Amino acid sequence: MYSKKVMDHFMNPRNVGEMENPDAIGEVGNPTCGDLMKMYLRIENNIIKDIKFQTFGCGAAIATSSMITELAMGKTLDEALELTRDDVADNLNGLPPVKMHCSNLSADALRAAIEDYKKKHH
Amino acid sequence: MTKDRIYMDHSGTTPIDPLVLEAMMPFLTKNYANPSSIYAEGREVRTAIDGARQQVASALNAKSNNIIFTSGGTESDNLGILGSVFSLKEKNGHIITTTIEHPAVTRTVEFLGDHGYDTTFLPVNKFGQVELDVLADAIRDDTRLISIVYGNNEVGTVQDMKEIIKLAHERDVLVHTDAVQAVAKVPIDVKDIGVDLLSLSGHKIYGPKGIGALYVRDGLKITPLQHGGGHENKLRSGTENVPGVIGLGKAMEMGETGLTTEMPRVKAMRDRLLKGLMEAQEETYLNGHPEKRLPHNAHVRFSYIEGEALLLNLDMLGIAAATGSACSSKSLKASHVLLAIGLTPEQAHGSLRLTLGKNNTDEEIDNVLEAVPAIVKKLRAMSPLGHGGQ
Ligand SMILES: Cc1ncc(COP(=O)(O)O)c(C=O)c1O
Repeated sequence: MYSKKVMDHFMNPRNVGEMENPDAIGEVGNPTCGDLMKMYLRIENNIIKDIKFQTFGCGAAIATSSMITELAMGKTLDEALELTRDDVADNLNGLPPVKMHCSNLSADALRAAIEDYKKKHH
Repeated sequence: MTKDRIYMDHSGTTPIDPLVLEAMMPFLTKNYANPSSIYAEGREVRTAIDGARQQVASALNAKSNNIIFTSGGTESDNLGILGSVFSLKEKNGHIITTTIEHPAVTRTVEFLGDHGYDTTFLPVNKFGQVELDVLADAIRDDTRLISIVYGNNEVGTVQDMKEIIKLAHERDVLVHTDAVQAVAKVPIDVKDIGVDLLSLSGHKIYGPKGIGALYVRDGLKITPLQHGGGHENKLRSGTENVPGVIGLGKAMEMGETGLTTEMPRVKAMRDRLLKGLMEAQEETYLNGHPEKRLPHNAHVRFSYIEGEALLLNLDMLGIAAATGSACSSKSLKASHVLLAIGLTPEQAHGSLRLTLGKNNTDEEIDNVLEAVPAIVKKLRAMSPLGHGGQ
C-alpha cells in the first residue's frame, strides 16, 4: 500500500526530533483521528538553515513529515511557502488516496511554522 | 506464512490445521458427488456431512438437527437475527444489540431498523461488558430479540452469557449470540446457557474460510433467507460446501479437545506476553477485561504513538499483528469498540492486538517482547506528545 520511498522515510525518518531554541514552531493536528505534527525551524537571513519534526501519527504522517524537511532545508521562506501537499506526495512517489488528506499535513505544519516566524519578526 | 514470520493475528484468521485439511482432501478430489444424489457416491457424501454435523453439535452439547451450515460467521449472524425475527407473527417491535458487535451483527440490526423495527445499541462498561441492569432497563414489552457478541473480536471481553440469557428469558425475549471468536476458546454448552441462536465460523478455529454454522435451539422456528432447493432442512438452500462442512466438523471436534490440551498453554503464553508488554514501557494500558477475556487475546494501548506505524514496524520485523487505530481502517475512524469502552480517538490510536494460536511458541513471545518495546520507544521519540520515549 505504501511506496518504497514512503517506507524508507517512515523507517528512517530524516531530521526527526526536538530542536533546542528554534526560531519558529508550527503545529497542526487532525482532530478526528488524533494525528499531530510539530515542525521546528532555525532561520538565518530568511533561509531555512535547519528543520526538525515530531509526529504522532501513522506511517504516512511520519513519512510526509520527513519528506518536507528534506524539501524545505536550505530554501528561502518564500520558496518554502510554495511547497504543497502535492509536492510532498509526488516526492514520495505517491500516497494511498485515503492518506492524501488525513496524513499529508506536513506542508501545513511547515506553513504554520513560517507564519509563526513572520509574526515574531514584524 | 513462511517459517520465519511470527503470526499473532489469530482473531483475524487461522491457518487450516493439517488434520482438518487431511479430512477435507477426499472431498476436494475423489468424493465429489452431490450429496443430494441417490446413488452410492452421493450417499457416501451425505453420510460424511451427517458426521460433520454431529461433530459440530457435540462440541456445543447440541443435537445435529440444531445445526445449519452456512457460508461463515457473517451469514450465520444474518440468518440468526433476521431469520428468527422474520418468523415471529408480529412484524414489528424492538431489537437490542450492543455497541461492540462485529459489523455482521451491527449492520444486520441496522437493516431491521431501516425496515420498521426499533433498535437499541446498548453501551458497555470500560471493560467492554454488558451490564445486566442496563440490559434489564432496555428490554421492552415488544422486545423480540437480543443479540450480544459472546467474546469480542477486538478487546477480547467475554460476556456473562448465561446471566444475560436468563434475564432475557425471564422477559420472554430471544437471544442470539455471535460466538465466532468464543468457540474453541472458552467452553460453550448451549443447553447449559440456554441460548436460542448461536453463530460460529470455520476460519477462526483452524478450519477453512467460507464455512460456518448457526445453532438453532429445539422448537425455535426461523425463516430462510436464501431460497432454492431446500437444503439444510429447508432453511438454507444451495448445494453444500462439502469440503468446508467436513473441515468445520473436524475443526470443531479438535477445538473442543483443544480447550483442555492446547488452550492452557496458549493462555499461559498470552499471560506472559501481556505482563511483559505492560511492564516494559510506561503508560501502557490493558484494553478489555483483566480476567473475563478470550484466552488468546492480548490487547494493549501505548500512549503517544499510533498503531499503524507500530504495525508496519512489526511487519518489517516479521511479526503480523492488528490495531484499532483510525489510520489503519478504511473509514479512517477509530474502532467503534475502542470508542465504546470509553477511549478517545487519540487513546485508540496507540492500540495493539496480538491474538495467539496453538502454533505460537515461547520463543516467539520472547521475540515479540523484545520487538514491541523497542518500536514503542522509537516511535515515542518521534512523537511531540509525552516525554519522548524516556
Ligand atoms: C465476532 C465476529 N463475528 C463475525 C465474523 C465474521 O465471520 P466470517 O468471516 O466467517 O464471515 C467475525 C470475523 O471477523 C468475527 O470476529
